[in-house]
Amino acid sequence: MSGNYAWLMVILYIILAPFIGGLIAGVDRRISARMQSRYGPPILQPFYDIFKLMNKSSIAVNPQQRLYIICFIVFVIISGAIFFGGGDLLLAIFALTLASIFLIIAAYSTFSPYAYIGAEREMLQIMAYEPMVILTTVGMYMVTKSFNVWDIAMYDQPLLYSLPGIFLGFLFILTIKFRKSPFDISMSHHAHQEIVRGIITEFSGTDLALIEIAHWYENVFLLGIVCLFFASSPIIALILAIIVYFLEIWIDNNYSRLKWQSVLGSAWIVALVLGVGNIAYLALR
Amino acid sequence: MNTVLFLILFPIVVALLLLILPQPAVRKVIVVLSTIILTVASVYLVVQYFNTGTVFFNLDNQYIDLGIFAIEIILAVIVIGISLKYKQYLAGLLMLTSAAIMIWFEGSYGEEIQTSYNLFVDNLSLIMTLIIGIISSLIAVFAIGYMKDYHHHHKEVKDRTPFFFFVVFVFLGAMYGVVFANNLMWLYFFWEITTFSSFFLIGYSREEIAVKNAFRALNMNLLGGLGFSIAIVYLFINAHTIELNMLPELASTVVLLPTALLAFAGMTKSAQMPFSSWLLGAMVAPTPVSALLHSSTMIKAGVYLIIRLSPVFAFVDGGSMVGLFVAMVGAVTFVLTAFMAISQSDAKRVLAYSTISNLGLIIVCAGIGTYQLMWAAIMLVIFHAIAKSLLFLSVGTVEHNIGDRIIESMDGLITKMPKIAIGMVIGIAGMFLAPFGMLISKWAALEGLVTANPVLTVFVAFGSAATLFFWTKWLGKLLMVKERPLEFQSKVPGTERFTLTTLAILTVGVCLLFPLISKYSLEPFIASIYNQTYLLDQGNVIILLIMVGLMVVLPVGLSFTYKNVQYKPQYLAGLNTPEKEKFYGSLGLTREITMRSFYLENIFGESKLFKLGVVISIVLIIIMFGVGII
Repeated sequence: MSGNYAWLMVILYIILAPFIGGLIAGVDRRISARMQSRYGPPILQPFYDIFKLMNKSSIAVNPQQRLYIICFIVFVIISGAIFFGGGDLLLAIFALTLASIFLIIAAYSTFSPYAYIGAEREMLQIMAYEPMVILTTVGMYMVTKSFNVWDIAMYDQPLLYSLPGIFLGFLFILTIKFRKSPFDISMSHHAHQEIVRGIITEFSGTDLALIEIAHWYENVFLLGIVCLFFASSPIIALILAIIVYFLEIWIDNNYSRLKWQSVLGSAWIVALVLGVGNIAYLALR
Repeated sequence: MNTVLFLILFPIVVALLLLILPQPAVRKVIVVLSTIILTVASVYLVVQYFNTGTVFFNLDNQYIDLGIFAIEIILAVIVIGISLKYKQYLAGLLMLTSAAIMIWFEGSYGEEIQTSYNLFVDNLSLIMTLIIGIISSLIAVFAIGYMKDYHHHHKEVKDRTPFFFFVVFVFLGAMYGVVFANNLMWLYFFWEITTFSSFFLIGYSREEIAVKNAFRALNMNLLGGLGFSIAIVYLFINAHTIELNMLPELASTVVLLPTALLAFAGMTKSAQMPFSSWLLGAMVAPTPVSALLHSSTMIKAGVYLIIRLSPVFAFVDGGSMVGLFVAMVGAVTFVLTAFMAISQSDAKRVLAYSTISNLGLIIVCAGIGTYQLMWAAIMLVIFHAIAKSLLFLSVGTVEHNIGDRIIESMDGLITKMPKIAIGMVIGIAGMFLAPFGMLISKWAALEGLVTANPVLTVFVAFGSAATLFFWTKWLGKLLMVKERPLEFQSKVPGTERFTLTTLAILTVGVCLLFPLISKYSLEPFIASIYNQTYLLDQGNVIILLIMVGLMVVLPVGLSFTYKNVQYKPQYLAGLNTPEKEKFYGSLGLTREITMRSFYLENIFGESKLFKLGVVISIVLIIIMFGVGII
């Protein structure tokens, strides 16, 4: 891959990802509505929401919280840029973790009980999905002998065939990462929130809009990882990503929220059984 | 060679001076001057040898051997005496056994023992020199102000500050000895001195708990020392050498058992499971002692030795099996102690568990011992030494100001003691966050393990997840923005401020300069052993540096742009009082907001995991010896 092509991909990602992410969110809301026998908002509703948020006056608890939010979105974008620029997959994931930590710090800094509980739950979620994310990269390395995203993408066979366990494990934690029920314990879109809106309780206006946009970037990055499992034929990879996202919406609408114990326990058991099982199989093969 | 000898002997001379000149003002001058000299001498040694590859020194003199032997015997008698006085017979017995072995060995083979090289310098010992020289010096300077405060806070403890500094400087001299010794008898001598030094420092206050914990540390380390002495005897009888550099060069299975025994000694010293409890017990000592033990001395000696054994695991036939079990002990320790750190609220205990955990990871790398993992192991040693000393000393300072060291009490430290809090944030970020140091090494470790032994990556995956949890929890507490209490006054002595600032700058500096450290020091060293070396990917280095830059620049740039904001109090379900951070509770009572973190005691509690770890690690160590014998 030439360097220019990499830069083109990075620029395309930075410009297009929020639009794709926003559209996905719009479609998500429409499909969810249909599953609940409602009509649902227009597909572009997420964008209208963002514009509305941007025009609100800024209210904050302290002068530092916006700094952390901006660091959050900047590092989400960096992690996606490393990924779509064909960089090191591990590095991209570490950068994404750094971004999540900024969001948590932002919530902590407000000294608000609701945000605080949300932040603690967010940390639990990270602890729950992190092993599986690392095992996913390990699995991809074992098959392709590289952590480089392009080397992985150019591998001539679909990774799904050698990494079925890793794929299923990754799907499982994707529910956490997409903030879908039953794993949306730190922040939830729906009417039945237990703790206001958890980690983002204290953010409004532009700050909230930035968090939302960061989430869109993140979703596109995560679907990018899903595509890696079938990168040898891009069309199938795209269909796979669509199916995966539809599945997540379906799960979201059919399960109620779990306790944190179940989130941590189930995610680790899945990582141990499916992730480690798959890796052990590859190591022994 | 003169610089090498100077570095070993000078601290001992200073130690004696400090003992005979107990006046605080004189002590301050001596400590500051001698630490400057030590730092300069350490840097000078690096300048002298950093391009020369490995240089061996002979220094063959029977009087030195005789002197070392005599001192060993005297120390053994003293330790046995103390253990009898406190009725701690196990320590006495262990000491007696080791001494008996060494006396018998000297008596039966003393004439035959020939060494070609007693001392040596290579890039790994140079890196250790800098860690010992710079970080320990800073800690010694910190201790000047701290010990005054300590006795102010602890009136019940007898002021034995001159003795304290005496032991600290002897400790430093011994550490230099450990990293320069090629003759295993010498290494063993210095090794045992570090054991005794830590014993005296942990028991400094002479309170019941301190004495108990000091003996626990002594017992475990003497057990390791016993392993060490058996390794020397076995090695000499079977392979006719007692030189460290010969272990991989012999490339024969004869070295496997001694290597396993030395690795065992390294594990006890670096507080791996099942020996982790001594380091936690060491918390009773004044904070500078913890910082010393955790960052630049003691436990680093343990991993240093195991890193030295890496080529044996990599090159000697059958060594990889011994190495695998060494690595397994490290891996189990890494995961379980990271888990246990989650359940701790005492800041020093969190730091202690994270130290043990990180050393576990270093031992995983050293045990497998490929060139890439050796790179990762040494990088981990460097980053850990700096960030951990910064954290320990900051906790000590905070403890003197807010009255305890419970993480829950550090809510909003950023508004109470902003400078100290920023220092701690740098330290914590350095310990686990991308793009900082530890993470770079963890990344290299993960990459190295995937190729060498993918199953071990599972431990890293779960261990790092837990690491993330307990550090973020603490980081968040520090960065809470709260009202600064009016009555709060912080007082930080100048010597403490100097040390903390320097360590914070060093932490950031090493994060920025690690590509240079790697290129000029690590890569040539590793290439000289393995004939190939780990090269950092240029693109990734650039991305990392951009990220470090952003972390530094963003806060500055943004502080100017955040305007037109209305500040409102937190959302408390509509019950705020006019006073901030308070709300109307039931019956109209005014209550303050208080928040407590998750400690997940039921899942990650010490009581369950510790026992599990002890059982697993003992089994693994037994298998390690078994493999070594076969």
